[in-house]
Amino acid sequence: MNKGKQFLLPDISKPGKVGCRLPELDVPTAKLPTGKFLRQELALPELSEAELVRYFTALSRKNYGLDTGFYPLGSCTMKYNPKWHEDIARLPGFHSIHPYQSVDTIQGAWRLMFELQEALVEITGMAATSLAPMAGAQGELAGLLMVMAYHRSRGQSQRRKILVPDSAHGTNPATAAMCGFEVNTIPSNGDGNLDLTGLANLINEEGAALTLTMPTTLGLFDPQIDEISRLVHDRGGLLIGDGANLNSLLGKVKFGDLGFDCVQLNLHKTFSTPHGGGGPGSGPVCVKPGLAEFLPAPIVIRGENGYQSATPDKSIGRLGAAGGNFGVMVKAYAYIRSLGAEGLKEVSENAVLNANYIKEKLKACYHLPYDRTCMHEVVFSGKRQKAKGVTTLDIAKRLLDYGFHPPTIYFPQVVEEAIMIEPTETESRETLDAFIAAMAEIARETEESPDLLHTAPHNTPVRRLDEVSAARKPVLRWEMK
Amino acid sequence: MPLPYIPNTDRDREAMLREIGVGSIDELFQDVPARFRDKPFNLPPPLTELELKEELCQLSHQNSNLDEYACFLGAGYYHHFIPSVINHITSRSEFYTAYTPYQPEASQGILQAIYEYQSLVCQLTGMEISNAGMYDGASAAAEATLMACRITGRKNMAVLSTVNPRYHEVIGTYGSGQDTTITELEPDFGELSGDCACLVVQQPNFFGYFEESERYAELAHRAGALFIVIFDPISLGLFTPPRSYGADIAIAEGQPLGNPLSFGGPGLGIFTCRQEHLRHMPGRIVGQTTDTDGRTGYVLTMATREQHIRRERATSNICTNEALVALAATVYLATMGRSGLRKIAELCYHKAHYAAESISRLKGYSIAFREPFFKEFVVRCPMSPEQINRALRKAKIIGGLDVSLLVNNGMLLCVTEMNSRQEIDRLVTVLGGL
Repeated sequence: MNKGKQFLLPDISKPGKVGCRLPELDVPTAKLPTGKFLRQELALPELSEAELVRYFTALSRKNYGLDTGFYPLGSCTMKYNPKWHEDIARLPGFHSIHPYQSVDTIQGAWRLMFELQEALVEITGMAATSLAPMAGAQGELAGLLMVMAYHRSRGQSQRRKILVPDSAHGTNPATAAMCGFEVNTIPSNGDGNLDLTGLANLINEEGAALTLTMPTTLGLFDPQIDEISRLVHDRGGLLIGDGANLNSLLGKVKFGDLGFDCVQLNLHKTFSTPHGGGGPGSGPVCVKPGLAEFLPAPIVIRGENGYQSATPDKSIGRLGAAGGNFGVMVKAYAYIRSLGAEGLKEVSENAVLNANYIKEKLKACYHLPYDRTCMHEVVFSGKRQKAKGVTTLDIAKRLLDYGFHPPTIYFPQVVEEAIMIEPTETESRETLDAFIAAMAEIARETEESPDLLHTAPHNTPVRRLDEVSAARKPVLRWEMK
Repeated sequence: MPLPYIPNTDRDREAMLREIGVGSIDELFQDVPARFRDKPFNLPPPLTELELKEELCQLSHQNSNLDEYACFLGAGYYHHFIPSVINHITSRSEFYTAYTPYQPEASQGILQAIYEYQSLVCQLTGMEISNAGMYDGASAAAEATLMACRITGRKNMAVLSTVNPRYHEVIGTYGSGQDTTITELEPDFGELSGDCACLVVQQPNFFGYFEESERYAELAHRAGALFIVIFDPISLGLFTPPRSYGADIAIAEGQPLGNPLSFGGPGLGIFTCRQEHLRHMPGRIVGQTTDTDGRTGYVLTMATREQHIRRERATSNICTNEALVALAATVYLATMGRSGLRKIAELCYHKAHYAAESISRLKGYSIAFREPFFKEFVVRCPMSPEQINRALRKAKIIGGLDVSLLVNNGMLLCVTEMNSRQEIDRLVTVLGGL
């Protein structure tokens, strides 16, 4: 990672340069429309190809990816992305096809999607799937719109409340609000499980659904799942799963068996498709039979003449102009097919093993709010360090100096100074040991040289950035004449 | 055989279990009630990279791809030239294997690239600000209408009938939870009613033709509504940008900017608006700032609009977006630059007009509308577009979109710089021979 003066594209642009040569016109010119439609000026940078490549390569060197090193970002499942999946997704037959081609010219694409649907149905223990949502949050949106449509279809439009645990990801309440629902928050109890009394008090004839991440965002499996499911269903509500943490359940436990009516997955987390610096993702929704007729369009079906897309009878509608993030689906499909049932089971077992290993090794140095077996991730609290004047943010920044990407911090909000570590199954014991050693060293530095932490990071392309003035006086673009 | 993606050996596992203090991995799943554990689990048998590559290659051959077929299909997703440089940049694994830049010190690369993206998109559209991108054009349009409802406090969304029907549908899906209504307006409507939050217009419209955008801007603003424009980013190489004719929010599908069709996804929802609406905007935004040593750097900013801070009071639930697609669009715009984008737009324009002119001379074919168009136009055919497309396929041509539900025997054709004169002539010859 290199330091030095920061240039932006306009700084290295010079009139007259081109980054790409284009062919000459091979047809007669047509008359252009009248003046009011024509653009007078288009100020874009002008660079040669080599300059462009150097500029963006330099940027890439200031970025930390999974291929750079350990990336234990809790709740994001940053597992290794197999290289050959990238090659498969770039085959012309997947990469260079138009979504509106006639059905007989895209049988391979529909078949892949159909088989991916089938695999996700088996993995989740549900009845039907739509691959349309383009990310997890859009899958949540689909789920809650289905909840609304379901209750309306049964004359229960008064069910306007969504119950959300206090440990939930922010997308859960945000999605509920986007669907016009009222959000009621349910507290967690002292063990990190859902407070059943709180749930019983809040779920009534106005309750539409409980949205529940399982394992929870605390990285714990809530053993009361049976009671939760019974309580929600007895009062006429639906149980909606956030499948963000599916990586701990693959081949071991199915959402359908646990009583979930709908669950949204994240192919970019559980099924190893790269996160792309923030996206693309893919967020399929899987449902029980009672919700299947409401699934977002399209779904893929197998008919007499092959595979084709279809719209369920009472579909909540479309979520995008095509059928979802197909490029992501290809990679997830390749992943599932290359691991098979046994391989996927090994994934979750090793993910859970790795997280518990970190938990045991670090609980002497960091406060562990819930000292029990965790699933694929473990949530520590930095409150012991906070008492010495070192924040979780300081710890995260110091980890950068040790060459690790920090864990998720300050989430879930129910844990003070939260440090959420998700190692995933693709990390070796040696990597885990090195990370554990770094975390232990940082705990020691908290006592002996806290300033090292307050001023961290020291070895990154930039030091700690002023986020307050960034928000107060927003500079969101450059301008070029 | 061990899996290449799981490095723990049996000995590692044993040692780790000992450290944890349990006898088996199953004990780690003890919180799961026993009756839910290890139920039958059936998937096709696993295949190695070598085997599966072969199988998936064969599957991919069941699709007619546009490297082998001439393509005259558009309707929102476009077959444009992608310079190799883009793939090489987006294949840098420091970019594509990273996630959302929550730790800016380790993510300056993607943050600065998004800052470039926001700037380039503003230069292109003439708009004041851009976010870091949404899922696709249609969902961006839907988020724009919801944003207009928040700003105006109104619930009625006016959408011109010439807007892409798929966008119309997605606007409906997103609005269905919040009791919004959609009013579909014919292009010649007189006044916009005072309860409208916005007027949504596509420029050029779904049929490829230019709308009287200034008139619509005036009608929207007179009613106190926001003017939302859906634009084609390539058209802006030659034609006036949305801000110049009064757009308050301008959105687009960003796929044409250096991204493959990939069966319609991943795409990119370009989302731009006027500065005054910044705090109502959905999605991530990157801002410039300085570090403790005074060096320039970049961070995610204005996060108090977003779900992870604001929860049920957020401007949207969006979290993961399409960052890598936005990176490709950034490299594309920088590669094409001032002259390149104009040239691409010119190639599209003249080739499309050459094709339209040639087809209109064929017996039985006519051009459905007389208005100026960019790279798409509707042809009235002497038979059903379905029949025509079947015939074209035999000649290795993917024909246009069947819009016969909207225009009698209508086919929406698209011509881009990817179509050589020979290809266009071949299309005309096959059509003429039917």
